[in-house]
Amino acid sequence: MKLKVRSSELACPPYKHFGRRGVRSFLIFILLLTAFCILPPVAPAGEKWSGVDESVIEKVAKEHGREAREPFINTDQGDLLLFVFLLAGVVGGFIGGYYWRGLTEKRVDRVEILKKDV
Amino acid sequence: MGNTKFGTRRDSKVLLSSVLPTAYCSLLTVSNAHAMHISEGILPFNWAALWSIIAVPFVAYGLYRLRKLSAVDLSFKPLVGLMAAVVFIISCMPIPVPTAGSCSHPCGTAISGILVGPAISILVAAVALLIQALFLAHGGLSTWGANIISMGVMGSFAGFLTFKALRSMKINMAVSGFVAGLLADWATYFTTSIELASGIKGDSPFMPLFWKILIAFIPTQLPLGILEGAMTAGMIVLLYKKRPDLLVRMKVLKAEEAV
Repeated sequence: MKLKVRSSELACPPYKHFGRRGVRSFLIFILLLTAFCILPPVAPAGEKWSGVDESVIEKVAKEHGREAREPFINTDQGDLLLFVFLLAGVVGGFIGGYYWRGLTEKRVDRVEILKKDV
Repeated sequence: MGNTKFGTRRDSKVLLSSVLPTAYCSLLTVSNAHAMHISEGILPFNWAALWSIIAVPFVAYGLYRLRKLSAVDLSFKPLVGLMAAVVFIISCMPIPVPTAGSCSHPCGTAISGILVGPAISILVAAVALLIQALFLAHGGLSTWGANIISMGVMGSFAGFLTFKALRSMKINMAVSGFVAGLLADWATYFTTSIELASGIKGDSPFMPLFWKILIAFIPTQLPLGILEGAMTAGMIVLLYKKRPDLLVRMKVLKAEEAV
């Protein structure tokens, strides 16, 4: 016997929630983010786009005779840091997405659907 | 999840829609890995040790609360997992601030403090900070305790207490979330200023150095605090729409408000 599962009875895939408004919001977000990065700073603080740990914390600490040490595992070498940040973003994003889906999706018991169809 | 068949064209679209934004954000943020945490070696040993000792009971209590709540409510674990991912990603995502010409990042501890409680939020922040210190050259192992206190303890408690106080005054949930996020971010940098000023002052007076550091943070953190507030409000409103029952269970909402 061939068992069929109606697509309407399955959990709603997450992209369905996006809709046109979602796509529009996403595009606006991307445009804003790009513009934000391209626009020149109003008040440049030393090296362009340095983190506040460099432009504030390390700068003030250096004035008082304290300097940052190399990290124990120094990934700040060439493109290695780029790789670990990308990896961290991707892994963190997937974990977040996995749990978000687990929290928000409507669970439909597959066995119950199969029983209904039979 | 178990009833969805993967590998179809639709799933490829879903996969792309999740991977592309993540990759785009990650690629944009990698040029400046450093952002806010106190780096390795900045604090003298005695101050670094003191902040670590202060942080230990908070982290231990967070562990205790996690074990206790997870044993009672199984749906608590996915929420903690989600919050851990959110805090980790947000706190290692430097955002360029054009008004300052520098980068910094939000903390994410306001939203986690509100949703899972400040104790577990501290634990989540501690884990995120440890991973960043170990592998992302972000923060440091010797300054781990100081960073837990500023981002984990102060951020979580400021967010949680502000949200509770505003909600008890019957203020709208989005506004309460916004102010909680804003104050949590600013409280984090306020504490960082105290930690840094007390650690590096030497023989010079504390207050002028504290104000100097705090004022130096303002051009970057003022707009970022607003961004953090907007993010916190957005996440709470989204969860309210998707899972109001979860907010009731986490005591963020009263049952009658969720209807």
